[in-house]
Amino acid sequence: MAHAHALTHDDVMRPPAGREPGSGVYNEKLGMWVFLGSEVMFFTSLIGAYIILRFGHPEKWAPPGEVLNVPVTAVNTFLLICSSVTMVKAFASAQDGNQRALRSWLLATVLIGASFVGVQVYEYAELVHKGFVPSEGLYGSTFFTMTGFHGFHVTVGVLCMMFVTWRAFQGKYTATDHRGVEVIGLYWHFVDLVWIILFTIVYLI
Amino acid sequence: MEQVKHSHPNYIGIWVALAVLTAVELGVAFLPWSKTTLILLLIGLALWKALLVALYFMHLRFEPNRLRILAIAPLPLAVILVTAVITEYFW
Repeated sequence: MAHAHALTHDDVMRPPAGREPGSGVYNEKLGMWVFLGSEVMFFTSLIGAYIILRFGHPEKWAPPGEVLNVPVTAVNTFLLICSSVTMVKAFASAQDGNQRALRSWLLATVLIGASFVGVQVYEYAELVHKGFVPSEGLYGSTFFTMTGFHGFHVTVGVLCMMFVTWRAFQGKYTATDHRGVEVIGLYWHFVDLVWIILFTIVYLI
Repeated sequence: MEQVKHSHPNYIGIWVALAVLTAVELGVAFLPWSKTTLILLLIGLALWKALLVALYFMHLRFEPNRLRILAIAPLPLAVILVTAVITEYFW
């Protein structure tokens, strides 16, 4: 390596840190957005399959509110919207360096997120009790597949959020570095966004 | 602890908008209108809410263009998939 600063082919393919202009965001955030891109396709594939099955066999679906409990789910939808606002408030508090507010908003997000999962478990128990199970047919299998995968995402989000909250109580997030809060926030809002779509196509249509 | 004053978007305003749009959805869903009208209206309302979440809560509105392009990259694929499977029934 006689010329340390000369640009070799190796450098072009694997540029040292600092030479790449990058996307203007830090790696963790970029990674989360790439992951969310794959999540868009994951949920789109479920929605695509749902459309095929539903259009092909419209008689298998009951009118909105007949089998599924729309009032309970509407409350749950409202809960998830509230948890998104507490999450974004936590992020804003982190930007401001307000530790007390950051911890309170994160705790609120964990509690509301866990409540969503709790209500969904209650909803499932009620439906199973009525005999509405995945093996019931197309209606049941698509319902439990879509809401189940979403509920799984919320559960993972709550667990990750608990970890972030624990770190927040240790004072790990400052006004100048709160990457963890922003990255979990992006995931959380995405899960809320998916629910907005699912609530409409699964419960209201 | 250091306190930095930042200007933030009106998050509470977005929250109110999302709650109101959800209430509108619930009202619309049980109207005695044609199924097609209801589906178009409800999907429109859902996309409106999703856009609010993406633009403000996920702050895409305030991100550099390179990140926005990355964020919307899977959407054409999603639209193609959904359009393709719906088209079969209107052919």
